[in-house]
Amino acid sequence: MLKHISPDSRITRRTLLKTLGLGGTAALFPGRARAAALPASGGETATLLDLSKCIGCGACVEACRETNGKRYPKPIKPLPTLLPPGTKNEDFSDKRGDDTRLTPYNWLTIQSATVDGQEVHIPRRCMHCQNPPCANLCPWGAASKRESGTVEIDPDICLGGSKCRDVCPWQIPQRQSGVGLYLHILPTMAGNGVMFKCDRCQDRVAKGQLPACVEACPQSVQSVGPRDELAAQARRMASERGGYLYGLEDNGGTNTIYYSPVPFEKLNAAVAKGPGKPHLASVADSMADSNTLAWAVLLAPLAGAASALLKGTKKILASKETKEGSHE
Amino acid sequence: MNSAWIYRIAMAVLAVSGVAQMPVFKRYGIASIPGLGWTADYFFTHRLHYVAAALLLFWLVRRLLLDGPAALGKARLALLGALVLTGAIRMLKNLPDVDFSPLTVMLVDWTHLAAAMAIGLAALVMLAKRRADARERINRR
Repeated sequence: MLKHISPDSRITRRTLLKTLGLGGTAALFPGRARAAALPASGGETATLLDLSKCIGCGACVEACRETNGKRYPKPIKPLPTLLPPGTKNEDFSDKRGDDTRLTPYNWLTIQSATVDGQEVHIPRRCMHCQNPPCANLCPWGAASKRESGTVEIDPDICLGGSKCRDVCPWQIPQRQSGVGLYLHILPTMAGNGVMFKCDRCQDRVAKGQLPACVEACPQSVQSVGPRDELAAQARRMASERGGYLYGLEDNGGTNTIYYSPVPFEKLNAAVAKGPGKPHLASVADSMADSNTLAWAVLLAPLAGAASALLKGTKKILASKETKEGSHE
Repeated sequence: MNSAWIYRIAMAVLAVSGVAQMPVFKRYGIASIPGLGWTADYFFTHRLHYVAAALLLFWLVRRLLLDGPAALGKARLALLGALVLTGAIRMLKNLPDVDFSPLTVMLVDWTHLAAAMAIGLAALVMLAKRRADARERINRR
């Protein structure tokens, strides 16, 4: 398996398991016994994609579809009639073969563009943000971010409101109607299916394997490892080879980092964008303002206590003055 | 401003901005009403929720210190406690580098939602009861 990791990478299967903190899980599998002895690093795991190596062969897309096909939605038809009138179902079940964009049946797609005479191919999937708005703002607790840095959506809990897609700077999660919990609650009035996206092959990683796309790549485009190490590696690559980086700071930092030989502004202008076809523009931290306001929430009880203290002191002083006045 | 009004305003803003965290205002056309487009802006209503939460915490601590827990009533204090505690955990979760297990996230979200709904229902029941009492007093006269 190690041959699938970038040859110049310092990342090994052992390091991967260590950073995912899966030593205990790995111990359950005899073949992974060595990994079980490793201490957990506790950091986030990232992937670094060297786009100068990608030939757009589609092996990663194929591997993703093959591996995750068993988890693709199986909608119950006819799909519910939704209220209020005009609310639309989203049904990709007749477009299962479409790999030209992200869909509930395709969690990884390749965008291609020619920039400055160079053909560049960009595998696109969830960026696995370090502070993901989808997981932070899901009102139903269906989306979450693991310590490993993987952002996932629980298909058994998700109601398909698609808020995660609305707040995702790249609109990554894709909805399939006619599946999920909402069918058992108020299918016509609330919810509209389940949101699907890449979860970095959590089930494979739990067994000590690499994500399918990483393992299948014949060009070793992706390196996997602790984020801080991969970020340092990406910066070195950019400085030594004169390339460009995406994901280091975007949306506050993502656990998917792209290295490109051409500027991302030009790539963004050149790639086809739209539903299921994410952009490559620079993204500010979506959660920054809310997290600044968190300080106000934290300080509010102290302000309340100070206000009570002030009122109490005023009362005491007033009663003293009254007493002194009556003595005179 | 009267202290009770701070509580009422904070709770009203929390209720609206809290419901706005669910994808309902856009679906049910509220956001299409002129002037109410902001109800479908998740980031704006999220910030509004934080501001109102700060106001509620200010009022809650002030009231507890000045008048004691008895002034709030046991039921309201318990529900507000659940709301504040789960809200605080959710706020922590939203900070960078803070992660909880998917099960914890789900249970905290559901408890926060349940506590908010219970407070809303209790407020409606109290309002109905007060009106009924007032009507009875008028009838007696």
